[in-house]
Parts: sequence; structure tokens; C-alpha cells
Amino acid sequence: MLLDKDMKLKIGLAEMLKGGVIMDVTTPEHAKIAEDAGAVAVMALERIPAQIRADGGVARMSDPAIIKAIQKIVSIPVMAKCRIGHFAEAQLLQALGVDFIDESEVLTPADEEHHVDKTKFKVPFVCGCRNIGEALRRVAEGAALIRTKGEAGTGDIVEAVRHMRAVQSGIKRIHSLGDDELIAEAKSLGTSLEILKYIQQNGKLPVPNFSAGGVATPADASLMMQLGAETVFVGSGIFMSKEPEKRAKAIVSATTHYMDFDLVAKVSENLGEPMVGRENARLSEEERLAGRGW
Amino acid sequence: MTTGILAIQGDFEKHQQTLETLNCSTLLVKDKNHLQQCDGLIIPGGESTTLVNLLKKHGLWQSVHEFGLQKTIFGTCAGLILLANRLVHNRLDSLSLIDITVERNAYGRQIDSFIDTVDLQLNHKKLNFEGVFIRAPKIVDVGKEVKVLGRYQQSPVMVENEHIMASTFHPEITADSCIHQYFIEKVRKNSHDRS
Repeated sequence: MLLDKDMKLKIGLAEMLKGGVIMDVTTPEHAKIAEDAGAVAVMALERIPAQIRADGGVARMSDPAIIKAIQKIVSIPVMAKCRIGHFAEAQLLQALGVDFIDESEVLTPADEEHHVDKTKFKVPFVCGCRNIGEALRRVAEGAALIRTKGEAGTGDIVEAVRHMRAVQSGIKRIHSLGDDELIAEAKSLGTSLEILKYIQQNGKLPVPNFSAGGVATPADASLMMQLGAETVFVGSGIFMSKEPEKRAKAIVSATTHYMDFDLVAKVSENLGEPMVGRENARLSEEERLAGRGW
Repeated sequence: MTTGILAIQGDFEKHQQTLETLNCSTLLVKDKNHLQQCDGLIIPGGESTTLVNLLKKHGLWQSVHEFGLQKTIFGTCAGLILLANRLVHNRLDSLSLIDITVERNAYGRQIDSFIDTVDLQLNHKKLNFEGVFIRAPKIVDVGKEVKVLGRYQQSPVMVENEHIMASTFHPEITADSCIHQYFIEKVRKNSHDRS
């Protein structure tokens, strides 16, 4: 499965997005600001996670009219979110011609047991994860890109760090396993032997690994890249801040040059107020999005 | 001899892996100092709009242009768009290093991406190559000085001139490294001619 042509094309697009920033946008004007600031793709949404969090209620796929208006205005890839397990929303997004579908915990899940069978689609999927098992179950279902979940709409990086560290240590552990240990590992993680063999031999995931949920500053972006993210998703962090244009550019520079600390320091100057944020530790259980999906 | 890979954004790691299988010494290029150490450069696939923005912002645009006037550059997909002299209906600037006209995203969106056989002609040899086309551009016009190295359904998809090589597909995603081998020989020949 990992090596077939369909997967090669899907993973191929994810490869092209590496070393960049993917920004949540809700209007064509924001999409243009994101593209001009150097975003590699935009996530077309009706509401950004911080708004979804504040509004409460059921969060669903965005209005197709918003997605189409954003597709018209930018030449970079346009992504959109469907609810976990809501394959009909995914079919609709594929019909709209979005370039990537995010089966996302930020929206209210439609199925508590099954995620979308992503092998049935021509459009590639990105899925969130909190640990190596979750990541590999999504890859087994056909995800071409994994992003650690973090805690969306908080502006607090702590969960993003926790999830990225968990995935990275999982990769290291599998890389060190012997051949005779792989079947038991496949059973315990609920993923395929083919995927585990790939990691055991290559010491990395068979698909790119991005980071999401909580990035609000250039230093946050540099932190996630240093922890092993290959690109960062920035949701509420840009358009909930006081000066989105400036902040967007600064986060892009800090992602490209994440090891150039003079540069990251320079672009961090005078960015205005960041998003206000919610401290993760103070969220109630119902407010946590990362626990959605398994 | 060192071959640089522009590592501002895109699938630079895939190019690096391919070059390493050919025992080629590589350098990920993020600034002018890196570029100065290179004999050849690859501009990888990625997002052309993003690459143009970032090259300009980090003061690399002019340096890459000057590099390409003397040394060898290979651009794949977005890299080809950056190198082309002209773009169809487009506001994006280009480095103007090879006399071709290019249309971006000419096959459509990601659902129209495809893999199919490309007919190559390298060093007077005909070869079949697995062409991975991802949101690929099309070369719609080729100038007199430009040689066509690869075609897909008769249309040019890989071209070269004295210093520059460019393809609309992604040879770095295919296991066959013959195109990268050809590029390294071109870098070697050009640096030999200069010295």
C-alpha cells in the first residue's frame, strides 16, 4: 500500500509542503494575506478553532461557497476540514476539488468508532495524532500526512510539544525493535506490519509529520521544527492576533530558518499582541479537542 | 564538487537523498554563503509563489539569478516555474534563465495529479522514465536555443540549455536516478569548462 502509485502521488504533495507554514483562513482576503506572507497552503474554514471553541455547539464542514471563494483567489493548495468519520463531507470536499482534506478533531466527530477509509479517495488526507499508535492507525487507513494534534484554538504550545515528543519517541522505539518483535507491536498499536517494517528500517514515518494546535509565535514554530515537525499548521495564532500580516511573515521566516536564532529573534520584534489564548491546564475535559478520535 | 539544494521550502530532502545514492556531496542552501560554496544547484518542487516570496525576502533572488548565468541549475516543478523566461497569465516574477513559456497548475488541482511514462532522450539514448506529475505546470513554448530532453504525449516536459535544466515532473520521487546522474555530469562539465 505504501508504495503504490496512488499513495506516491498523495505523499508527493505532502513532500512539496515541507519546510513551510499552513495557515487557517476564513475569507478570501485572509487567504491572500496568507499567500503573500509565504504560506505553502491555506486551510479554508468558516470559523477558526478559537472561534469554534468560543461559540460551542456542533462544528461541521465549512460552507462550500467559502471554500470556492478561497480557491479562486490563491494559487497555493487549498485544504479543508471534514468531521472524523464523516465520509460524505469528505466526498463533497473531493468534488469541490480541494487539494488536501483534514479529517479533524477540531470539528465535532461524526463517528466515534470509525475514521474515514481514506484509501477510497483520490484526494490526500491529513489526520491528527497524539502518539505513535494513533499516527500509524491513520496511516493504515490511508492518511498521506500526519500532524500532531496539539490543542487547537488555545495558543498554548504545551500539548503540541507533548504529542510531538510522544510520536518521536515512538519512532525511536520501533526503529530499535527486532524482527521478531514486530507482530506483537502491530497487534498492540493496531496498525499494519508493512508500516512498522518501514519505520524499523528507516527510523522515520512513511509519511511526512507536521505539527498543529497551539503555535502562536515565531519561537513556537522554531520549537516545533526543532522537535521534528516538517511544517507547521497555524490556526488561530495568526488571524486572532493584533497584526496578522506581520505575524504571518514572521512565523514563515522562523519556520524556514528555525535554527538561525538571530533571525528568529529579529522577526519576533514588535509583532504586537499575540492571540490572547487559553491555558491548556485550565481547560475542562469537555473543552479538550485532542481527545476526539483514537 | 558540491551540489547545493535550495532548502527554503519544498521537497529538498528527496533531492538530497537521490544525490547521496549517487555519492555526490550535497549542501542544503538557505543563504548566500551556502550558495557560494556550490558548483551546481537544485531548485526543488514546492510552492512557486512561496519560493519566490521567500527568495526575495531573504535577499537570495539576485544571487540565484547570477549563479544561474554561470553555473548549472536544475529546477523541478516549482523550480522550473522559477527558471522560466515567461509565465502564462501570471503575476509571479521569474528568474528568466531558460527560454520557455510555462503555464502553472496546467493539469488542474491535486485530484488531477498523475503518474505516467515520460520518454527521455539523454546522451543520445532513449529511455522510459516514471514521471510523477503533482499539480504540475506545462511547458507551452520552447525557444530556439532550448533542447527538449523529455516528452509526455509528444509535449515537452524536460528541457535544457547551456547551464539550466528543468522538468515539470519530480524525478526525485522516482527510484531511478538517471536524471540526477545526467545533471551531475552537466555540473561537472560546466565547472570544468570554467576552470
